[in-house]
Amino acid sequence: MSTISGTGSAGSTDPGFAMRYSVASENLLVLAHIYTATAALTVGALFGLLQGFSRANFLALPAQFDYYRILTAHGVLMALVFTTFFICGLMTFATYRSIPRIRSVRLGWTGYCIMLVGTLMAASEILAGNATVLYTMYAPLKADPLFYLGATLLVAGTWFVAADILRNVISFGRNNPGKRIPLPAHACACTFVMWIIATVGIVVEMLLLIPWSLGWTSGIDVSLSRMLFWYFGHPLVYFWIMGAYLIWYNVIPTTYGGKVFSDSLTRLAFLLLLVLSTPVGIHHQFLEPGVSAGWKWLHTLTTYGVVIPSFMTAFAIFASFEIAARRAGVRGFVATVRWLPWTDPVFTGSALGMLLFIFGGFGGIVNSSYSMDVLVHNTMWIVGHFHVTVGGPVALSFIGAAYKLVPALTGRKLYAPKLALAQTWMWFIGMLLMSTSMHIAGLLGSPRRTSDVTYFGAAGAQSWHGEMVFAAIGGTLLFISVLMFVVVAVGTRLLNEPETQREAFAFAPAEEESMPTAPAFDWLGRWATVAVVLAVLAYMGPLHDQLSVRHFLAPGMRTW
Amino acid sequence: MHIHRSERIWLTFGLAMMAVFLATITTAAVVDGIVPPSNVQTIDPAKVSQTPPFDHPGLHKLANGSYEAYYVAHIFSFEPHHLSVPLGAHVTFYVTSTDVEHGFSVPETGINTMVTPGWVSTVSHTFTKPGKYLLVCNEYCGAGHQLMADAIEVR
Ligand code: HEM
Ligand SMILES: [Cu+2]
Ligand SMILES: [Cu+2]
Repeated sequence: MSTISGTGSAGSTDPGFAMRYSVASENLLVLAHIYTATAALTVGALFGLLQGFSRANFLALPAQFDYYRILTAHGVLMALVFTTFFICGLMTFATYRSIPRIRSVRLGWTGYCIMLVGTLMAASEILAGNATVLYTMYAPLKADPLFYLGATLLVAGTWFVAADILRNVISFGRNNPGKRIPLPAHACACTFVMWIIATVGIVVEMLLLIPWSLGWTSGIDVSLSRMLFWYFGHPLVYFWIMGAYLIWYNVIPTTYGGKVFSDSLTRLAFLLLLVLSTPVGIHHQFLEPGVSAGWKWLHTLTTYGVVIPSFMTAFAIFASFEIAARRAGVRGFVATVRWLPWTDPVFTGSALGMLLFIFGGFGGIVNSSYSMDVLVHNTMWIVGHFHVTVGGPVALSFIGAAYKLVPALTGRKLYAPKLALAQTWMWFIGMLLMSTSMHIAGLLGSPRRTSDVTYFGAAGAQSWHGEMVFAAIGGTLLFISVLMFVVVAVGTRLLNEPETQREAFAFAPAEEESMPTAPAFDWLGRWATVAVVLAVLAYMGPLHDQLSVRHFLAPGMRTW
Repeated sequence: MHIHRSERIWLTFGLAMMAVFLATITTAAVVDGIVPPSNVQTIDPAKVSQTPPFDHPGLHKLANGSYEAYYVAHIFSFEPHHLSVPLGAHVTFYVTSTDVEHGFSVPETGINTMVTPGWVSTVSHTFTKPGKYLLVCNEYCGAGHQLMADAIEVR
């Protein structure tokens, strides 16, 4: 990296130099995360396209490269690799930038390397056809041990990243008694505390799966492993959303010269997400035998709690728009919308993502509504739903943020900004088309996770085909959009020269408030305790029930 | 911390909406018994074919005029094949798996449940429209998952 040039020996005694050096090596770490995420997104998008084409009967995938193998790869690369690397990069960056100090990035790099090794292990097992178990890895489908080990390492690596972020936040508190944790760092700390609590579930599941796949244990408790997976699976979703919220609250206002609507309410939103993300996972198991209706009802109730931070966030975003517009002398809804910086791909990426999230929210209410889930469970509706949540708002906001991060980290101007802007619209239109068709196909009963849905021409399956064709067209637009993103992200580094004057990256300041933020909002340890207690309360009963009935352990098999 | 009046109204609206939803599904559950399939009953997946009534998969008429259908799911098919159901019959399906996780879904009817080895799933439906219904496995179960389907004929 050109920014590290000047590593003279004189530097070691000069604090200014040490700081510059520290920032340069920090930038490299963040860039590594972002480019790894980009690579995962690119490969994942190619597989997504092939899936869309297979379901629309445009092509039949060969046996050496079968549908379920690439579906496993798509799910893992998108849901676990792309998102996790991007969030680790983004939040490492947000913590480092809002807590400037001379620091070692060794912990951060250790995390990154472990994540990368884990990803490569899992990915090669998937592509070799030894782990066609989809990203949910439902037992008793039994993958090669290296796949489970790789997934475990991916998660273990994030714990180092979490430790790095929390270490910086704690040291800030020690060195600045009485001062508030900077807002972006507060959001990152909430996110990673939540993440640590959530990932305990998947790691415990891995402790059951790994010895079993090695043949050391003879059977697996299927329903217990499913409960552990979904204990992790739902907060995984909130991990993604919190990454997008960090961008929406703290970065987007800078694109129109605005501010964070409220410091205290932003902190509260992240704290609520921290405590409400975990005690809800059984809403993914509504249609499962072995879990009683009462526990399912309880998790419906807790799931609905997320309406508070969601509504707070929607309010804060619009309030920030409106206040900034008024300061600029603009009033009224239409005038404000027009005034917003639609030519800036950073803004437009997130703004279009927010629009998609409105659809996602409505769909989510249906899915989480207990008996209503019967209509949509395991149909293409669900696939439509998570593409219009993680695939829309989250991925598009991340891409938009990359248009600010990559120039800031490489010290170069954004390559082809018009292409970047077109990319965000292309994604939006492609996603709208793909996801709407998937939602409709789902309501008509089309099952998800299925390579071909013609069922030998059965009458009940005929109405699905048209929707699958539209979805494949939407998927094509999305794939092209991903290629456009790659051109911009890679072009910025390779085709543009370094600028002499580096563009500064600043997070949005917060509006002045009449009342100071309550100190309790920074007592993260206590909030973490509340989160753990709620998770224990929500899972105590269901787990007790699971463990107290007589179980038949499944030996496991390879059915692909 | 100060919360604006308009934000209070907005949050109250959100919470009220959730309260209405919760009240609706709770009433449906308590009064009409509409709950997601949640049978808690175990079975040894290795001995399904010896465990009555799964040793004779198929439709059974009960004394009160309603029906029970016993289904076994395994890669990559369902047993029985081609179930024939009289029009107007109220059928409770009992489904279990001998190997991996499967799904049991009849689109257009609202019949939809997961099938987990070691457990018996139940779901009921009254067939009021004649026709040939498609039964599909809607959970990935292996290389032949897209072939795992059958028919239920109502007449
Ligand atoms: C190029 C754009 C994309 C296309 C064309 C695409 C297409 C698809 C299709 C057709 C399926 C469903 C297949 C099935 O159930 O049979 C699928 C599943 C999935 N997609 Fe995408 N997708 C794209 C982008 C994304 C993104 C950006 C994410 C998340 C960040 C994502 C996450 C997922 C997940 C988690 C699944 C579920 C996998 C499973 O059921 O095991 N996709 N995608
Ligand atoms: Cu969820
Ligand atoms: Cu199947």
